[in-house]
Amino acid sequence: MFGGLYTTERKLINENGLRLDGRRWNELRPLKIEVGILSNVDGSARIIQGRTHILVGVYGPRESFAKHINLPDRAMIRCRYRMAPFSVEERKSPAPSRREIELSKVIREALEPAIIVDEFPRTTIDIFIEVLEADGGTRCASITAASVALADAGIPMRDLVAACAVGKVNGQMVIDLSDLEDKYGEADVPVACMPNKNMITLLQMDGVLSVDEFTNLIKLAMESCKRINEVQRNALKNGVWEAKGIILEGSL
Amino acid sequence: MSVKTRKFVFPGDVIAEGNLKAGAHTYYEEGKIFSSVFGLCEIRNKVVNVIPLHGFYVPRVGDVVIGIIVDNSPTSWQVDINSPYMAILQVSDALSKPVDVAREDIRKYLKIGDILMAEVIAFDKLRNPLISIKGNELGKLEHGSLITFSPVKVPRLIGRRGSMINMIKKELNCKIMIGRNGRIWVSSVDPKVVNLVKKVIFLVEEESHLPGLTDKVRSLILEEREKIGE
Repeated sequence: MFGGLYTTERKLINENGLRLDGRRWNELRPLKIEVGILSNVDGSARIIQGRTHILVGVYGPRESFAKHINLPDRAMIRCRYRMAPFSVEERKSPAPSRREIELSKVIREALEPAIIVDEFPRTTIDIFIEVLEADGGTRCASITAASVALADAGIPMRDLVAACAVGKVNGQMVIDLSDLEDKYGEADVPVACMPNKNMITLLQMDGVLSVDEFTNLIKLAMESCKRINEVQRNALKNGVWEAKGIILEGSL
Repeated sequence: MSVKTRKFVFPGDVIAEGNLKAGAHTYYEEGKIFSSVFGLCEIRNKVVNVIPLHGFYVPRVGDVVIGIIVDNSPTSWQVDINSPYMAILQVSDALSKPVDVAREDIRKYLKIGDILMAEVIAFDKLRNPLISIKGNELGKLEHGSLITFSPVKVPRLIGRRGSMINMIKKELNCKIMIGRNGRIWVSSVDPKVVNLVKKVIFLVEEESHLPGLTDKVRSLILEEREKIGE
């Protein structure tokens, strides 16, 4: 609850260096992306990353719902991130919470640099993100799936956006944090980037890290995003793609 | 100059470097040409294009489209042309005789829900496209069915110099009109024929990027025609 400021005694990595779900520090959760699964939207994607399960639908570019929100020089991007009431252990109220509104904005801003918005002035692009099951890293998985859904809708983009959370748990660097690692670890750093451009579009941090640890984590995050990007591309090409046990090379 | 052709490209992929022009669905940055969509890349006459596999219709002057009237004002109709921008049909572009819009209600010529074959006559993204129904084969469509199709796959449905669509028309012996915006009008009141056209078009949409499609479509038509006993 207090971020990483209070290091708890909770053991998240065992003597053999395995995490709660049996992964190594440099291993991603099993990742599956499906494309074009919804029929009434222009583009859609489903992402299953470990136990996180998210559905994304994209509409547009389309005529704005209200003319006064039109931007004269570019397309307007609207994003809604929503958690289903059954997506977490304790029932979540279906009303939009502070966290959901904030995440909607954060996700939109992570995708905005990639979308070529000036090609379609006076239109709206709508992104709807439904979290069906949340087990950590939902903002990152949402960004990964939303950029695939945008590509499925045929919306021009400078690059796909891939995202991954990295952090520090029990004094060790880890990639792709799960819910418990996020809650009880020392630090959590969600990163979204455009892998072909080597540009970061989202960078947040919760917890305490030294400068060295932070720079190392960014490198790890970029490497993880590149691996996730491969899955995104394969999913677009084949309709569905599953990757189990992606392990980053090298060690810290 | 490095070039790869007829390959899958993804947003952000470098397609080419050097003395080439960035064409449709690409963008130019720091001396390189990148793809902006997921599709197949192609280089013709030193222009790099990407043929998207998913996408929507963007109006272009001269395109023939099929639109549905959704609203009207005293002097114009708003027409849905299956694109991000709503098209406008002015009275002067619809009727050959002069009409005094102050006295007459234009709804007696065209109503909401009418389906039109029209040509895009002006479009620049700052204003909505203007369309006209004055011209050969243009105008209100009646006695037939509307089928929707992926706009990016229309060129494949037409085929090289109309090879695909002419074959379908000949084999099925019916009139088919294709709008560049992914709408297809089948002039037949026989539901069997319409269903068959739907099936054929669905096949083209699903397998648009595979070779030998025309033959496959022909055999599907022959097979289906036997089933309905024509």
